[in-house]
Amino acid sequence: MRVELIKRKEQSRKMALLSPLIAIGLTALSAAIIFAISGHNPLLGLYKFFIEPLTQQWSLEATIDKATPLVLIACGLSVCYLSNNWNIGAEGQFIVGALFGSVLPIMFPDFETSATLPLMLVFGAVGGALWALIPAVLKTRFNTNEILTSLMLVYVASLILDYLVRGPWRDPGGYNFPESRLFSDAATLPDIFGGAMSLSTPITFLVAIILAIMLGKTMKGFEIRVMGESPRAGSFAGFSARRLTLFAFALAGALAGLAGTMEVSGALNQLLPTISPGYGFTAIIVAFLGRLNPIGIIVAGFVLALSYIGGEAVQSSLGVSNKIASVIQGLLLFYVLACDTLILYKIRIVSRRASSGEVSHV
Amino acid sequence: MFEAVLLTVITAATPLLIAAIGELVVERSGVLNLGVEGMMIMGAVVGFAAANMTGSGTLGILAAILAGIAMAALFGFLVLILVANQVATGLALTILGIGFSGLIGEAFIGVPGLKLPQLYIPGLSDIPFIGPVLFQQDAIVYISFLLVAIVAYTLFRTRLGLVLRAVGDNHGSAHALGYSVIRIRFLAVLFGGACAGLAGAYLSLAYTPQWVENMTAGRGWIALALVVFSSWLPLRVVVGAYLFGAVNVLNLHAQAVEFDIPSQFLSSLPYLATILVLVLISANRRLTLVNTPACLGKPFVPDR
Amino acid sequence: MAATIHSEESDTAAPARKAGRHTLLDAQGLTKRFGDILANDQVDLVINKGEIHALLGENGAGKSTLVKMFYGSLEPDGGKVLWEGSRVSIDNPAAARDLGIGMVFQHFSLFEALTVVENIALALPNPGKMSDLSRRIESVSRDYGLPLDPSDIVADLPVGIRQRIEIVRCLLQEPQLIIMDEPTSVLTPQEADQLFLTLQRLASEGCAVLYISHRLEEVKRICHHATILRHGQVVRECDPTKETPASLASMMVGADVASVSAGATNPNIGEVRLGLKNLSAKAATPFATSLNNISLDLRAGEVVAIAGVAGNGQGELFDAVSGETTLSAQMVQLDGIPCGNRGVTWRRRQNAAFVPEERLGHGAVPGMKLSQNLVLTRHGTGDGLARGGFVSVARAGDMEKRIKQNFDVRMSHDDPEARSLSGGNLQKFVVGRELDRKPGVLVVNQPTWGVDAGAAALIRQALIDLARSGSAVLVISQDLDEIFEIADRIAVISRGHLSAAEPARDMTRERVGLLMAGGAEVQGEVA
Repeated sequence: MRVELIKRKEQSRKMALLSPLIAIGLTALSAAIIFAISGHNPLLGLYKFFIEPLTQQWSLEATIDKATPLVLIACGLSVCYLSNNWNIGAEGQFIVGALFGSVLPIMFPDFETSATLPLMLVFGAVGGALWALIPAVLKTRFNTNEILTSLMLVYVASLILDYLVRGPWRDPGGYNFPESRLFSDAATLPDIFGGAMSLSTPITFLVAIILAIMLGKTMKGFEIRVMGESPRAGSFAGFSARRLTLFAFALAGALAGLAGTMEVSGALNQLLPTISPGYGFTAIIVAFLGRLNPIGIIVAGFVLALSYIGGEAVQSSLGVSNKIASVIQGLLLFYVLACDTLILYKIRIVSRRASSGEVSHV
Repeated sequence: MFEAVLLTVITAATPLLIAAIGELVVERSGVLNLGVEGMMIMGAVVGFAAANMTGSGTLGILAAILAGIAMAALFGFLVLILVANQVATGLALTILGIGFSGLIGEAFIGVPGLKLPQLYIPGLSDIPFIGPVLFQQDAIVYISFLLVAIVAYTLFRTRLGLVLRAVGDNHGSAHALGYSVIRIRFLAVLFGGACAGLAGAYLSLAYTPQWVENMTAGRGWIALALVVFSSWLPLRVVVGAYLFGAVNVLNLHAQAVEFDIPSQFLSSLPYLATILVLVLISANRRLTLVNTPACLGKPFVPDR
Repeated sequence: MAATIHSEESDTAAPARKAGRHTLLDAQGLTKRFGDILANDQVDLVINKGEIHALLGENGAGKSTLVKMFYGSLEPDGGKVLWEGSRVSIDNPAAARDLGIGMVFQHFSLFEALTVVENIALALPNPGKMSDLSRRIESVSRDYGLPLDPSDIVADLPVGIRQRIEIVRCLLQEPQLIIMDEPTSVLTPQEADQLFLTLQRLASEGCAVLYISHRLEEVKRICHHATILRHGQVVRECDPTKETPASLASMMVGADVASVSAGATNPNIGEVRLGLKNLSAKAATPFATSLNNISLDLRAGEVVAIAGVAGNGQGELFDAVSGETTLSAQMVQLDGIPCGNRGVTWRRRQNAAFVPEERLGHGAVPGMKLSQNLVLTRHGTGDGLARGGFVSVARAGDMEKRIKQNFDVRMSHDDPEARSLSGGNLQKFVVGRELDRKPGVLVVNQPTWGVDAGAAALIRQALIDLARSGSAVLVISQDLDEIFEIADRIAVISRGHLSAAEPARDMTRERVGLLMAGGAEVQGEVA
């Protein structure tokens, strides 16, 4: 028996929409099996993991809180991946953005004006962009593999954060705990809708809409897609690969940095040795599950955020380790990538004996 | 003191060397597997768990190798059979490996581990200085050198190696001549997985005999960088791995001596060194272009 | 099916051959289907020992599919193959080689990073020790007048030598049948003559040759028998020595081929529109060719062709002229304005247009629709496709329809992805996209490579018509027939040197061949 791929003449639009859904279905099936293996009722596990968080207001709000940074980071990453720039260091850009954004509230705690918060957000975006530009410049200048450099910088960024909160930025009145001082009110991102969500959520929503328009309707979006699919054709069109690489990294870094600043300013209100449960990596999954399309990413971000909340839920109610969340996230990305094959190919399973014996067509 | 430093260099370099030599074979066949970190950490946790449950280091190592192979098979199926994007699938493998290892390893956190015994070779091991450094290592250290020798010989002196290089250089031609590109690549990917699993076992059974979450700490990625550093030549992988081992040890010893340098800076040295090395190597375009397997990362769909 | 067509054709048709005592290979009813396309439909073919058998047909007629089934690279869906009278199943190339079938591929099946001896060893079942094999390669290659150095790395070798490697690789297998797919398309006329001698010697030794070519002159010259395929079916068999190239061509196409008329040489040669002045560029990669001191004046109203064997700097020259690689300003001039340092969009705004060799992936993005591919080259030329940073989808759609109509681009539904079009139709679109602008300067690299005869004639005529309307046209081509058909002046490129452009009527194939083989280099040095 062997698997044969038959190239479609054109992309299948139907499959482009169906493939993430099939992937989610397969992931749920796999999750059920894992629940069963660990001795739990698989249906109950699935319910607790995927459904119950949607039925309660607090868990719905928590899901949206988690989805927000994921969506914001993934939007930037989609621009990178569409243009064939493999930025996998968003986690580091998130952290450095948070550090830049924290300069004002930590080093100048008395600077409390209405400009404080906007300035922090700008600082955060700039910090993330600068950090992202390191691999971009190395790629354009020295042809260095951006995958490895952007990832190495994640480790460096988390060590810098660790150094700062244990060293110079440690809260002077904090009994030697490794944490910074709390941010002042002027430096705190406000909640809206009576505390239902942070201001970061509508900001993220707006960014996603703007990016959707940019990618779908503008010359810049056209340039990004051409360069991603066929760099040679892009240079024939007069686009510069170098400039686009710098642009994509800077944009992704800025959005990750913005997400980082909003996270410390809103959710945490201070710097801690760890400020992210791996948002920068989970956002990679979000970007692919959302088909590298900002609107799809909003949905995908919600699904992945649900997996964090669902992980907590099964831990507290069933006693299953919350590590199951990251397993499910990883499986989801695998299934998404596998199902994407269906967009470009038909799959045929052929038994070796009978050359005409086609067993199934997908 | 110097002897101790050398010993720690060897232990720091060995996992990098094993993982990198496996990835080198994978890349020579034209496949880029960025999931080394994920395969390695699975090797580490499964190796630790198996050794812990059976009480046998050898069984631990075998289990780790099998775990690496299983992960690699998953990658191979996606990338070679379903022609999924190699970069994204490699990332997925790493994410999945880190997740799974966390789940499996939860039961083993804080459990005392089993350290692989150091082999004692009568006579040789007693030679002062040389004996302890060269002839009192655990089995995996010797295996690592054996692996390099076997890979170097196979790649450049045997038909198997010739076919492997041919497939990585031009999969269309290899297919036209009747070689099964996918089968050869699949085997290479599985070999890479076995090596990564073994490297993981070394971490949890010899380097620090315990299970700590995320204990690979980016070593899989550094191994990937070493393959680039080596220009896909096995002997240069040894040089690279030992250089990195040395950087790592410098970090440990400098922290012990308490220089007035923040420990976080020293900890970031291996990562900064990786970036520096990558820049130096890739800036030399001529060198990298000539040696890079021409089909590296490119999808292949045979017509039949 | 074949029989009914025979009766419709003229009476010079030889009857379909029956297998006989001298028959080596007898294929009966071979059928191969790719998805919806029937690539080979009940093909019968008989090859006798010691004959050079031509397999003719247009692009897409099914020649490559047929020979790949003989070589075991493709699996037939129906029919059978008899080898020396007994039925065989050729499952893979190794099985083909065991039978005694060797193949020289059109786009070589060589490994650039490996040495000559390694390349040859890969095709032999038992290559033995490398040192012994090297000695055998040296002696066999010398014996057949195709000398090779076994330790050379293929990447460093020119195409002519690369083909030798393929041929010697076949010879070492001591084959009874050698399949050659378009072998002369990469050779100078002189190299081709050398190849013919080798083939004739092989035939006299009893080896059969299945020879695929679209160069009908040489088929007539060296082949003993010809089988003609059209739309996957055998439509005719004939003795090519008794035919003319024109009659062979009409058998292939199934109708008289529209001949391209260049008209009288244009009396209204005008100003220099494109000037290349001592254009030099270092090779960007180890595998590229450097350009050395190239000078050329392209005037309004004329077609200048640049001939040359593939890989002598054509692609690099095209990139330098289009502006994809930028040089110092004076090296390229459009209507007298130095622009060697300007990018491709600037040059397009100066009313220049470009068509690269590779249609998919350079001239067009494979997965994008035709209307989007229009935006690719025309977003900066004032066609209103990009206004205020936004792409005008509606306008692109209108233009796509116009080009489709004017250049007879055929497609199964409106505005498909570029990769779904056949080579000829996509080339008509890619050329049409530029001609639609009525450019003052048009530079085309390999305008009809891999394109069916109908589309090729249409494209060539369009190029001539553009020149006659006052534009300047530069054609880079490997096809000498094409060059002599449309060019007013001919220059030859060899290892990055360009010979002076001379009037086509003063040029002969022999002279062009000498320049291709390095004469251009000597002349370029002097110039």
